[in-house]
Amino acid sequence: MTSIDSTSRPVGSMTPVLSFNHTQMTFPDGTEAVRDVSLDISPGEFVTIVGPSGCGKSTLLKIASGLLDATGGEVAVDRDRLGYVFQDATLLPWRTVLGNVELLAELHDIPKAERRQLALEAIETVGLSGFVNHYPKSLSGGMKMRASLARTLTLKPPVFLFDEPFGAVDEITREHLNDETQRLFQSEGFAGLFITHSIAEAVFMSTRVLVMSARPGRIVAEFDVPFEYPRKPELRFDPKFAALSGEISRELRGSHQ
Amino acid sequence: MTITQNDEQNIAPESEGAEPQAGLPVLGRVKRNRGVRDLARQFLPPLLLGAVLVSAWYYISYGLLTDERRFLLRPPHEILQVGFFDWDHFSEILLALWSSTRVALIGLAISIAIGFLLATVMSQTKIIERAIFPYMVMLQAVPILAIVPLIGFWWGYGTTSRIAVCVIISLFPIIVNTLFGLQSSDRGLHDLFTLHHASRRTRLRKLMFPAARPAIFAGLRISAGLSVIGAIVGDYFFGQGAVGIGQLLKRYSSRLEGEELLAAVIMSSALGVVVFLFFGWLQNIAIGKWHESSGAES
Repeated sequence: MTSIDSTSRPVGSMTPVLSFNHTQMTFPDGTEAVRDVSLDISPGEFVTIVGPSGCGKSTLLKIASGLLDATGGEVAVDRDRLGYVFQDATLLPWRTVLGNVELLAELHDIPKAERRQLALEAIETVGLSGFVNHYPKSLSGGMKMRASLARTLTLKPPVFLFDEPFGAVDEITREHLNDETQRLFQSEGFAGLFITHSIAEAVFMSTRVLVMSARPGRIVAEFDVPFEYPRKPELRFDPKFAALSGEISRELRGSHQ
Repeated sequence: MTITQNDEQNIAPESEGAEPQAGLPVLGRVKRNRGVRDLARQFLPPLLLGAVLVSAWYYISYGLLTDERRFLLRPPHEILQVGFFDWDHFSEILLALWSSTRVALIGLAISIAIGFLLATVMSQTKIIERAIFPYMVMLQAVPILAIVPLIGFWWGYGTTSRIAVCVIISLFPIIVNTLFGLQSSDRGLHDLFTLHHASRRTRLRKLMFPAARPAIFAGLRISAGLSVIGAIVGDYFFGQGAVGIGQLLKRYSSRLEGEELLAAVIMSSALGVVVFLFFGWLQNIAIGKWHESSGAES
Protein backbone atom coordinates (compact mmCIF):
# COMPACT_ATOMS: atom_id res chain seq x y z
CA MET A 1 0.00 0.00 0.00
CA THR A 2 2.61 2.55 0.96
CA SER A 3 6.35 2.89 1.11
CA ILE A 4 6.43 4.79 4.36
CA ASP A 5 7.10 2.49 7.27
CA SER A 6 4.48 3.05 9.89
CA THR A 7 6.10 3.57 13.22
CA SER A 8 4.19 1.07 15.22
CA ARG A 9 2.89 2.81 18.29
CA PRO A 10 1.28 0.87 21.07
CA VAL A 11 -2.38 1.04 20.10
CA GLY A 12 -4.74 1.78 22.94
CA SER A 13 -2.06 2.67 25.45
CA MET A 14 -3.21 4.71 28.38
CA THR A 15 -1.54 8.13 27.99
CA PRO A 16 -3.72 10.27 25.72
CA VAL A 17 -1.94 12.19 22.92
CA LEU A 18 -4.51 14.95 23.10
CA SER A 19 -6.70 15.83 25.99
CA PHE A 20 -9.16 18.59 26.72
CA ASN A 21 -9.91 19.12 30.37
CA HIS A 22 -13.03 21.21 31.12
CA THR A 23 -12.24 23.48 28.18
CA GLN A 24 -14.23 26.68 27.98
CA MET A 25 -14.25 29.30 25.27
CA THR A 26 -16.04 32.60 25.45
CA PHE A 27 -15.17 35.13 22.76
CA PRO A 28 -14.53 38.76 23.65
CA ASP A 29 -17.94 39.70 22.25
CA GLY A 30 -19.55 37.47 24.88
CA THR A 31 -20.41 34.53 22.61
CA GLU A 32 -19.97 31.29 24.50
CA ALA A 33 -18.61 28.90 21.87
CA VAL A 34 -17.49 25.94 23.93
CA ARG A 35 -18.76 24.92 27.34
CA ASP A 36 -16.94 22.48 29.56
CA VAL A 37 -15.57 20.02 27.03
CA SER A 38 -13.49 17.15 28.37
CA LEU A 39 -12.11 14.68 25.91
CA ASP A 40 -9.12 12.31 25.71
CA ILE A 41 -7.75 10.90 22.52
CA SER A 42 -5.40 7.94 22.86
CA PRO A 43 -2.93 6.67 20.30
CA GLY A 44 -4.72 4.53 17.73
CA GLU A 45 -7.98 6.42 18.09
CA PHE A 46 -9.78 8.31 15.37
CA VAL A 47 -12.40 10.51 16.98
CA THR A 48 -14.92 12.52 15.02
CA ILE A 49 -17.03 15.36 16.31
CA VAL A 50 -20.28 16.00 14.45
CA GLY A 51 -22.51 18.92 15.18
CA PRO A 52 -24.58 21.70 13.64
CA SER A 53 -22.68 24.57 12.04
CA GLY A 54 -21.52 27.23 14.41
CA CYS A 55 -21.49 24.87 17.38
CA GLY A 56 -17.84 25.50 18.17
CA LYS A 57 -16.35 22.34 16.66
CA SER A 58 -13.67 24.21 14.77
CA THR A 59 -13.01 26.38 17.79
CA LEU A 60 -11.95 23.23 19.64
CA LEU A 61 -9.30 22.49 17.01
CA LYS A 62 -8.04 26.06 17.08
CA ILE A 63 -7.69 25.76 20.84
CA ALA A 64 -5.89 22.44 20.56
CA SER A 65 -3.43 23.84 18.05
CA GLY A 66 -2.82 27.08 19.90
CA LEU A 67 -4.34 29.34 17.22
CA LEU A 68 -6.82 30.38 19.92
CA ASP A 69 -6.36 30.56 23.66
CA ALA A 70 -9.13 28.95 25.66
CA THR A 71 -10.75 31.05 28.35
CA GLY A 72 -10.94 28.13 30.74
CA GLY A 73 -9.72 24.59 31.37
CA GLU A 74 -6.60 22.89 30.07
CA VAL A 75 -5.42 21.32 26.86
CA ALA A 76 -2.54 18.88 26.76
CA VAL A 77 -0.91 18.09 23.41
CA ASP A 78 2.54 18.18 21.84
CA ARG A 79 2.23 21.23 19.60
CA ASP A 80 5.60 20.83 17.95
CA ARG A 81 4.45 17.90 15.90
CA LEU A 82 0.81 18.55 15.37
CA GLY A 83 -0.82 17.80 12.03
CA TYR A 84 -3.50 20.29 11.04
CA VAL A 85 -5.59 19.85 7.91
CA PHE A 86 -7.57 22.99 7.12
CA GLN A 87 -11.00 23.47 5.60
CA ASP A 88 -9.30 24.63 2.41
CA ALA A 89 -6.24 22.97 1.00
CA THR A 90 -4.28 26.18 1.81
CA LEU A 91 -1.64 25.50 -0.81
CA LEU A 92 0.77 28.24 -1.89
CA PRO A 93 -0.36 28.92 -5.46
CA TRP A 94 3.15 29.88 -6.59
CA ARG A 95 4.63 26.54 -5.57
CA THR A 96 4.31 23.23 -7.34
CA VAL A 97 2.87 20.22 -5.53
CA LEU A 98 6.40 19.24 -4.54
CA GLY A 99 7.21 22.73 -3.27
CA ASN A 100 4.01 22.83 -1.28
CA VAL A 101 4.53 19.45 0.30
CA GLU A 102 8.06 20.47 1.26
CA LEU A 103 6.87 23.65 2.99
CA LEU A 104 6.37 22.37 6.52
CA ALA A 105 9.65 20.51 6.60
CA GLU A 106 11.20 23.75 5.39
CA LEU A 107 9.60 25.71 8.22
CA HIS A 108 10.98 23.13 10.63
CA ASP A 109 14.50 23.54 9.19
CA ILE A 110 14.81 19.99 7.95
CA PRO A 111 17.78 19.78 5.53
CA LYS A 112 16.99 20.04 1.85
CA ALA A 113 17.84 16.51 0.75
CA GLU A 114 15.89 14.99 3.60
CA ARG A 115 12.81 17.12 3.07
CA ARG A 116 12.79 16.35 -0.65
CA GLN A 117 12.83 12.67 0.28
CA LEU A 118 10.05 13.09 2.85
CA ALA A 119 7.95 15.07 0.38
CA LEU A 120 8.29 12.56 -2.44
CA GLU A 121 7.33 9.73 -0.10
CA ALA A 122 4.30 11.60 1.17
CA ILE A 123 3.24 12.50 -2.37
CA GLU A 124 3.45 8.85 -3.34
CA THR A 125 1.44 7.88 -0.28
CA VAL A 126 -1.47 10.07 -1.34
CA GLY A 127 -1.16 8.97 -4.97
CA LEU A 128 -0.07 12.26 -6.52
CA SER A 129 3.25 11.06 -7.93
CA GLY A 130 2.25 12.02 -11.45
CA PHE A 131 1.58 15.61 -10.45
CA VAL A 132 4.76 16.56 -8.60
CA ASN A 133 5.45 19.54 -10.85
CA HIS A 134 1.89 20.77 -11.21
CA TYR A 135 0.77 24.09 -9.84
CA PRO A 136 -2.34 24.11 -7.64
CA LYS A 137 -4.39 25.97 -10.25
CA SER A 138 -4.26 22.93 -12.51
CA LEU A 139 -5.40 20.47 -9.80
CA SER A 140 -8.96 19.43 -8.96
CA GLY A 141 -10.37 20.10 -5.50
CA GLY A 142 -9.75 16.51 -4.43
CA MET A 143 -6.16 16.56 -5.65
CA LYS A 144 -5.49 19.81 -3.81
CA MET A 145 -6.76 18.18 -0.64
CA ARG A 146 -4.49 15.19 -1.20
CA ALA A 147 -1.52 17.54 -1.61
CA SER A 148 -2.56 19.21 1.62
CA LEU A 149 -2.68 15.81 3.36
CA ALA A 150 0.74 14.91 1.97
CA ARG A 151 2.15 18.17 3.28
CA THR A 152 0.97 17.30 6.78
CA LEU A 153 2.27 13.73 6.48
CA THR A 154 5.86 14.91 5.93
CA LEU A 155 6.16 15.80 9.61
CA LYS A 156 4.90 12.35 10.64
CA PRO A 157 2.76 13.91 13.36
CA PRO A 158 1.40 11.61 16.06
CA VAL A 159 -1.84 13.63 16.10
CA PHE A 160 -3.85 14.87 13.13
CA LEU A 161 -6.49 17.55 13.49
CA PHE A 162 -8.95 17.73 10.59
CA ASP A 163 -11.06 20.85 10.35
CA GLU A 164 -13.92 19.83 8.02
CA PRO A 165 -11.38 19.22 5.29
CA PHE A 166 -13.64 17.58 2.73
CA GLY A 167 -16.64 19.89 2.97
CA ALA A 168 -15.98 21.63 -0.31
CA VAL A 169 -15.53 18.62 -2.61
CA ASP A 170 -18.25 16.63 -4.35
CA GLU A 171 -19.76 13.51 -2.81
CA ILE A 172 -17.79 10.94 -4.80
CA THR A 173 -14.47 12.70 -4.24
CA ARG A 174 -15.34 12.96 -0.59
CA GLU A 175 -15.89 9.20 -0.33
CA HIS A 176 -12.55 8.60 -2.04
CA LEU A 177 -10.83 10.95 0.36
CA ASN A 178 -12.53 9.17 3.28
CA ASP A 179 -11.18 5.83 2.03
CA GLU A 180 -7.79 7.44 1.71
CA THR A 181 -7.82 9.02 5.16
CA GLN A 182 -8.91 5.80 6.77
CA ARG A 183 -6.11 3.98 4.95
CA LEU A 184 -3.57 6.59 6.10
CA PHE A 185 -4.85 6.33 9.65
CA GLN A 186 -4.05 2.63 9.46
CA SER A 187 -0.72 2.83 7.69
CA GLU A 188 0.73 5.92 9.38
CA GLY A 189 -0.57 5.14 12.82
CA PHE A 190 -1.52 8.67 13.86
CA ALA A 191 -4.36 9.54 16.20
CA GLY A 192 -7.04 11.72 14.64
CA LEU A 193 -9.54 14.32 15.71
CA PHE A 194 -11.89 14.99 12.83
CA ILE A 195 -14.57 17.67 12.55
CA THR A 196 -17.45 17.30 10.12
CA HIS A 197 -21.14 17.85 9.35
CA SER A 198 -21.41 14.52 7.62
CA ILE A 199 -22.56 11.56 9.70
CA ALA A 200 -21.61 9.04 6.99
CA GLU A 201 -18.09 10.41 6.88
CA ALA A 202 -17.86 10.27 10.68
CA VAL A 203 -19.06 6.69 11.01
CA PHE A 204 -17.00 5.44 8.09
CA MET A 205 -13.65 6.60 9.39
CA SER A 206 -13.86 6.80 13.16
CA THR A 207 -13.32 4.62 16.14
CA ARG A 208 -15.52 6.97 18.12
CA VAL A 209 -18.12 9.61 17.18
CA LEU A 210 -19.02 12.49 19.48
CA VAL A 211 -22.11 14.64 19.03
CA MET A 212 -21.79 18.31 19.86
CA SER A 213 -24.77 20.50 20.64
CA ALA A 214 -25.54 23.90 19.16
CA ARG A 215 -24.03 26.93 20.83
CA PRO A 216 -22.70 26.81 23.44
CA GLY A 217 -20.97 23.67 22.21
CA ARG A 218 -21.07 20.74 24.60
CA ILE A 219 -20.53 17.08 23.96
CA VAL A 220 -23.94 15.50 24.39
CA ALA A 221 -23.45 11.94 23.17
CA GLU A 222 -20.74 9.46 22.39
CA PHE A 223 -20.84 6.42 20.10
CA ASP A 224 -18.26 3.69 19.68
CA VAL A 225 -17.94 2.51 16.11
CA PRO A 226 -17.39 -1.26 16.14
CA PHE A 227 -16.38 -1.92 12.52
CA GLU A 228 -13.03 -3.55 11.75
CA TYR A 229 -10.28 -1.78 9.81
CA PRO A 230 -9.53 -1.67 6.95
CA ARG A 231 -13.07 -0.64 6.13
CA LYS A 232 -14.32 -1.38 2.65
CA PRO A 233 -16.32 1.20 0.67
CA GLU A 234 -19.26 -1.26 0.71
CA LEU A 235 -19.49 -0.82 4.46
CA ARG A 236 -21.51 2.30 3.70
CA PHE A 237 -24.40 0.04 2.55
CA ASP A 238 -24.28 -2.28 5.55
CA PRO A 239 -27.48 -2.28 7.66
CA LYS A 240 -25.42 -1.94 10.84
CA PHE A 241 -23.75 1.13 9.37
CA ALA A 242 -27.16 2.60 8.57
CA ALA A 243 -28.49 1.82 12.03
CA LEU A 244 -25.59 3.53 13.77
CA SER A 245 -25.84 6.53 11.45
CA GLY A 246 -29.53 6.74 12.25
CA GLU A 247 -28.89 6.79 15.97
CA ILE A 248 -26.32 9.54 15.64
CA SER A 249 -28.66 11.48 13.39
CA ARG A 250 -31.46 11.28 15.98
CA GLU A 251 -29.09 12.48 18.66
CA LEU A 252 -27.98 15.35 16.47
CA ARG A 253 -31.56 16.43 15.79
CA GLY A 254 -32.38 16.25 19.46
CA SER A 255 -29.46 18.45 20.35
CA HIS A 256 -30.38 20.91 17.66
CA GLN A 257 -33.73 21.82 19.19
CA MET B 1 6.42 23.87 -17.62
CA THR B 2 5.71 21.41 -20.39
CA ILE B 3 3.16 19.73 -18.22
CA THR B 4 1.32 22.98 -17.66
CA GLN B 5 1.18 23.58 -21.36
CA ASN B 6 -0.22 20.15 -21.97
CA ASP B 7 -2.82 20.89 -19.40
CA GLU B 8 -3.88 24.06 -21.06
CA GLN B 9 -4.23 22.23 -24.31
CA ASN B 10 -6.37 19.65 -22.64
CA ILE B 11 -8.64 22.30 -21.27
CA ALA B 12 -8.73 24.33 -24.45
CA PRO B 13 -11.42 22.37 -26.39
CA GLU B 14 -14.06 23.06 -23.74
CA SER B 15 -13.52 26.79 -23.73
CA GLU B 16 -13.59 26.92 -27.49
CA GLY B 17 -16.88 25.10 -27.65
CA ALA B 18 -18.72 28.38 -27.56
CA GLU B 19 -17.21 29.59 -30.81
CA PRO B 20 -19.44 29.75 -33.86
CA GLN B 21 -18.93 26.82 -36.21
CA ALA B 22 -17.10 27.64 -39.43
CA GLY B 23 -18.34 25.31 -42.11
CA LEU B 24 -18.71 21.76 -40.82
CA PRO B 25 -16.73 18.65 -39.89
CA VAL B 26 -13.21 18.26 -41.44
CA LEU B 27 -11.62 18.99 -38.10
CA GLY B 28 -8.08 19.81 -39.21
CA ARG B 29 -9.29 22.43 -41.62
CA VAL B 30 -11.50 24.12 -39.10
CA LYS B 31 -8.58 24.33 -36.73
CA ARG B 32 -6.25 25.98 -39.25
CA ASN B 33 -8.91 28.49 -40.28
CA ARG B 34 -9.44 29.27 -36.67
CA GLY B 35 -5.74 30.18 -36.27
CA VAL B 36 -5.89 32.62 -39.17
CA ARG B 37 -9.20 34.01 -37.99
CA ASP B 38 -7.88 34.52 -34.46
CA LEU B 39 -4.95 36.49 -35.84
CA ALA B 40 -7.25 38.56 -38.01
CA ARG B 41 -9.59 39.15 -35.12
CA GLN B 42 -6.73 40.40 -32.99
CA PHE B 43 -4.88 42.59 -35.44
CA LEU B 44 -7.46 43.73 -37.98
CA PRO B 45 -9.43 46.13 -35.74
CA PRO B 46 -6.41 48.20 -34.61
CA LEU B 47 -4.96 48.18 -38.14
CA LEU B 48 -8.27 49.40 -39.59
CA LEU B 49 -8.59 52.13 -36.99
CA GLY B 50 -4.96 53.12 -37.65
CA ALA B 51 -5.71 53.44 -41.38
CA VAL B 52 -8.72 55.64 -40.62
CA LEU B 53 -6.63 57.87 -38.33
CA VAL B 54 -3.83 58.25 -40.90
CA SER B 55 -6.37 59.14 -43.58
CA ALA B 56 -7.89 61.74 -41.29
CA TRP B 57 -4.40 63.08 -40.66
CA TYR B 58 -3.74 63.42 -44.40
CA TYR B 59 -7.13 65.06 -44.83
CA ILE B 60 -6.30 67.66 -42.19
CA SER B 61 -2.80 68.29 -43.60
CA TYR B 62 -3.85 68.67 -47.22
CA GLY B 63 -7.60 69.27 -47.13
CA LEU B 64 -8.03 71.66 -44.23
CA LEU B 65 -4.68 73.44 -43.95
CA THR B 66 -3.48 75.84 -46.62
CA ASP B 67 0.16 75.66 -47.78
CA GLU B 68 1.40 78.38 -45.45
CA ARG B 69 -0.32 76.88 -42.45
CA ARG B 70 0.67 73.28 -43.15
CA PHE B 71 3.49 73.48 -40.56
CA LEU B 72 0.77 73.07 -37.92
CA LEU B 73 0.35 69.44 -38.90
CA ARG B 74 2.79 67.98 -41.40
CA PRO B 75 1.57 64.94 -43.31
CA PRO B 76 2.78 61.55 -42.02
CA HIS B 77 5.24 60.79 -44.82
CA GLU B 78 7.10 64.07 -44.22
CA ILE B 79 7.45 63.22 -40.56
CA LEU B 80 8.91 59.87 -41.54
CA GLN B 81 11.29 61.50 -44.00
CA VAL B 82 12.51 64.33 -41.80
CA GLY B 83 12.19 62.82 -38.34
CA PHE B 84 13.05 59.17 -38.88
CA PHE B 85 14.90 58.69 -42.18
CA ASP B 86 17.21 61.68 -41.78
CA TRP B 87 19.90 60.10 -39.64
CA ASP B 88 21.15 63.42 -38.20
CA HIS B 89 17.73 64.15 -36.78
CA PHE B 90 16.92 60.62 -35.78
CA SER B 91 20.22 60.00 -34.02
CA GLU B 92 19.68 63.23 -32.07
CA ILE B 93 16.29 61.93 -30.96
CA LEU B 94 17.68 58.51 -30.09
CA LEU B 95 20.51 59.98 -28.00
CA ALA B 96 18.10 62.17 -26.09
CA LEU B 97 15.76 59.25 -25.64
CA TRP B 98 18.57 57.14 -24.21
CA SER B 99 19.50 59.90 -21.77
CA SER B 100 15.89 60.15 -20.56
CA THR B 101 15.54 56.38 -20.38
CA ARG B 102 18.54 56.21 -18.05
CA VAL B 103 17.08 58.90 -15.82
CA ALA B 104 13.73 57.10 -15.78
CA LEU B 105 15.31 53.75 -14.92
CA ILE B 106 17.46 55.16 -12.12
CA GLY B 107 14.41 56.99 -10.74
CA LEU B 108 12.33 53.85 -10.95
CA ALA B 109 15.00 51.78 -9.22
CA ILE B 110 15.14 54.27 -6.34
CA SER B 111 11.34 54.28 -6.13
CA ILE B 112 11.29 50.50 -5.99
CA ALA B 113 13.88 50.43 -3.21
CA ILE B 114 12.13 53.09 -1.12
CA GLY B 115 8.68 51.72 -1.96
CA PHE B 116 9.47 48.13 -0.97
CA LEU B 117 11.11 49.25 2.22
CA LEU B 118 8.23 51.50 3.29
CA ALA B 119 5.57 48.99 2.28
CA THR B 120 7.33 46.22 4.19
CA VAL B 121 7.62 48.32 7.31
CA MET B 122 4.00 49.47 6.97
CA SER B 123 2.83 45.86 6.59
CA GLN B 124 4.44 44.90 9.88
CA THR B 125 3.07 47.58 12.12
CA LYS B 126 -0.35 49.13 11.88
CA ILE B 127 0.81 52.25 13.72
CA ILE B 128 3.54 52.96 11.19
CA GLU B 129 1.10 52.39 8.36
CA ARG B 130 -1.30 54.89 9.90
CA ALA B 131 1.53 57.37 10.45
CA ILE B 132 2.94 57.22 6.93
CA PHE B 133 -0.11 56.79 4.77
CA PRO B 134 -1.57 60.32 4.88
CA TYR B 135 1.76 61.78 3.82
CA MET B 136 2.00 59.36 0.94
CA VAL B 137 -1.38 60.52 -0.26
CA MET B 138 -0.28 64.15 0.09
CA LEU B 139 2.89 63.50 -1.86
CA GLN B 140 0.79 61.86 -4.54
CA ALA B 141 -1.60 64.81 -4.65
CA VAL B 142 1.12 67.47 -5.07
CA PRO B 143 1.04 68.74 -8.65
CA ILE B 144 4.50 67.92 -9.91
CA LEU B 145 4.77 71.17 -11.86
CA ALA B 146 4.32 73.13 -8.65
CA ILE B 147 7.32 71.61 -6.93
CA VAL B 148 9.62 71.46 -9.92
CA PRO B 149 11.10 74.92 -9.12
CA LEU B 150 11.72 73.82 -5.54
CA ILE B 151 13.47 70.68 -6.71
CA GLY B 152 15.65 72.90 -8.88
CA PHE B 153 16.57 75.06 -5.88
CA TRP B 154 17.48 72.05 -3.83
CA TRP B 155 19.32 69.79 -6.23
CA GLY B 156 20.32 72.07 -9.07
CA TYR B 157 19.28 71.80 -12.70
CA GLY B 158 21.06 68.62 -13.65
CA THR B 159 20.50 64.88 -13.53
CA THR B 160 19.83 64.66 -9.79
CA SER B 161 16.77 66.85 -10.05
CA ARG B 162 15.49 64.96 -13.07
CA ILE B 163 15.76 61.74 -11.08
CA ALA B 164 14.04 63.33 -8.10
CA VAL B 165 11.03 64.17 -10.28
CA CYS B 166 10.87 60.54 -11.43
CA VAL B 167 10.98 59.27 -7.85
CA ILE B 168 8.29 61.63 -6.58
CA ILE B 169 5.97 60.79 -9.44
CA SER B 170 6.45 57.02 -9.40
CA LEU B 171 6.73 56.20 -5.71
CA PHE B 172 3.09 56.15 -4.68
CA PRO B 173 1.79 53.32 -6.91
CA ILE B 174 4.66 51.09 -5.80
CA ILE B 175 3.99 51.63 -2.11
CA VAL B 176 0.22 51.28 -2.37
CA ASN B 177 0.28 48.19 -4.55
CA THR B 178 3.06 46.47 -2.62
CA LEU B 179 1.35 47.15 0.68
CA PHE B 180 -1.96 45.92 -0.67
CA GLY B 181 -0.23 42.80 -1.97
CA LEU B 182 1.52 42.11 1.31
CA GLN B 183 -1.77 42.39 3.16
CA SER B 184 -3.67 40.21 0.72
CA SER B 185 -2.28 36.81 1.62
CA ASP B 186 -4.83 34.21 2.62
CA ARG B 187 -5.87 33.98 6.27
CA GLY B 188 -5.60 30.20 6.26
CA LEU B 189 -2.03 30.38 4.98
CA HIS B 190 -1.17 32.77 7.78
CA ASP B 191 -2.64 30.27 10.24
CA LEU B 192 -0.52 27.54 8.69
CA PHE B 193 2.63 29.61 9.16
CA THR B 194 1.59 30.49 12.71
CA LEU B 195 1.03 26.81 13.56
CA HIS B 196 4.55 26.00 12.51
CA HIS B 197 6.12 28.88 14.42
CA ALA B 198 7.37 30.74 11.35
CA SER B 199 9.43 33.83 12.16
CA ARG B 200 8.46 37.28 10.93
CA ARG B 201 11.17 37.08 8.30
CA THR B 202 10.19 33.63 7.08
CA ARG B 203 6.58 34.73 6.85
CA LEU B 204 7.56 37.76 4.77
CA ARG B 205 9.90 35.82 2.54
CA LYS B 206 7.90 32.66 1.98
CA LEU B 207 4.34 33.90 2.25
CA MET B 208 3.72 37.63 2.04
CA PHE B 209 6.13 38.69 -0.69
CA PRO B 210 5.38 35.80 -3.05
CA ALA B 211 1.66 36.38 -2.56
CA ALA B 212 2.14 40.08 -3.22
CA ARG B 213 3.81 39.55 -6.57
CA PRO B 214 0.74 40.11 -8.78
CA ALA B 215 -0.04 43.38 -7.02
CA ILE B 216 3.62 44.41 -7.04
CA PHE B 217 3.79 43.96 -10.79
CA ALA B 218 0.59 45.91 -11.30
CA GLY B 219 2.23 48.75 -9.37
CA LEU B 220 5.49 48.42 -11.29
CA ARG B 221 3.75 48.74 -14.62
CA ILE B 222 2.04 51.92 -13.55
CA SER B 223 5.16 53.36 -11.95
CA ALA B 224 7.40 52.53 -14.88
CA GLY B 225 5.15 54.53 -17.19
CA LEU B 226 5.00 57.39 -14.71
CA SER B 227 8.76 57.34 -14.33
CA VAL B 228 9.20 57.84 -18.09
CA ILE B 229 6.81 60.80 -17.92
CA GLY B 230 8.74 62.10 -14.92
CA ALA B 231 12.02 61.89 -16.81
CA ILE B 232 10.61 63.87 -19.72
CA VAL B 233 8.95 66.50 -17.52
CA GLY B 234 12.11 66.83 -15.42
CA ASP B 235 14.23 67.16 -18.51
CA TYR B 236 11.92 69.81 -19.89
CA PHE B 237 12.61 72.05 -16.90
CA PHE B 238 16.20 71.21 -16.01
CA GLY B 239 18.54 72.16 -18.84
CA GLN B 240 21.94 71.24 -17.48
CA GLY B 241 23.79 68.06 -18.37
CA ALA B 242 22.96 65.60 -21.12
CA VAL B 243 20.10 66.64 -23.38
CA GLY B 244 17.08 64.48 -22.87
CA ILE B 245 13.87 64.17 -24.80
CA GLY B 246 12.23 67.01 -22.84
CA GLN B 247 14.92 69.50 -23.87
CA LEU B 248 14.60 68.31 -27.43
CA LEU B 249 10.82 68.77 -27.46
CA LYS B 250 11.33 72.29 -26.11
CA ARG B 251 13.91 73.12 -28.75
CA TYR B 252 11.88 71.74 -31.66
CA SER B 253 8.73 73.53 -30.61
CA SER B 254 10.51 76.87 -30.18
CA ARG B 255 11.90 76.52 -33.72
CA LEU B 256 8.57 75.39 -35.15
CA GLU B 257 10.21 72.18 -36.40
CA GLY B 258 6.97 70.25 -36.64
CA GLU B 259 8.33 67.09 -38.23
CA GLU B 260 11.06 66.59 -35.65
CA LEU B 261 8.68 67.52 -32.85
CA LEU B 262 6.16 64.88 -33.84
CA ALA B 263 8.88 62.31 -34.41
CA ALA B 264 10.19 62.97 -30.89
CA VAL B 265 6.68 62.69 -29.44
CA ILE B 266 6.12 59.39 -31.25
CA MET B 267 9.45 58.06 -29.97
CA SER B 268 8.68 59.09 -26.38
CA SER B 269 5.39 57.30 -26.51
CA ALA B 270 7.15 54.30 -28.06
CA LEU B 271 9.49 54.32 -25.06
CA GLY B 272 6.48 54.25 -22.74
CA VAL B 273 5.02 51.33 -24.68
CA VAL B 274 8.32 49.42 -24.58
CA VAL B 275 8.61 49.92 -20.83
CA PHE B 276 5.00 48.79 -20.34
CA LEU B 277 5.51 45.69 -22.48
CA PHE B 278 8.79 44.90 -20.75
CA PHE B 279 7.16 44.84 -17.33
CA GLY B 280 4.27 42.82 -18.70
CA TRP B 281 6.78 40.29 -19.97
CA LEU B 282 8.61 40.30 -16.66
CA GLN B 283 5.32 39.77 -14.84
CA ASN B 284 4.47 36.83 -17.04
CA ILE B 285 7.81 35.22 -16.25
CA ALA B 286 7.48 35.85 -12.53
CA ILE B 287 3.89 34.79 -11.95
CA GLY B 288 2.61 33.46 -15.26
CA LYS B 289 2.95 29.83 -14.32
CA TRP B 290 0.79 29.96 -11.24
CA HIS B 291 -1.39 33.03 -11.16
CA GLU B 292 -5.08 32.39 -11.85
CA SER B 293 -5.55 35.27 -14.24
CA SER B 294 -2.53 34.47 -16.34
CA GLY B 295 -2.92 32.93 -19.72
CA ALA B 296 -1.05 33.64 -22.91
CA GLU B 297 -1.41 37.39 -22.66
CA SER B 298 1.42 39.77 -23.47
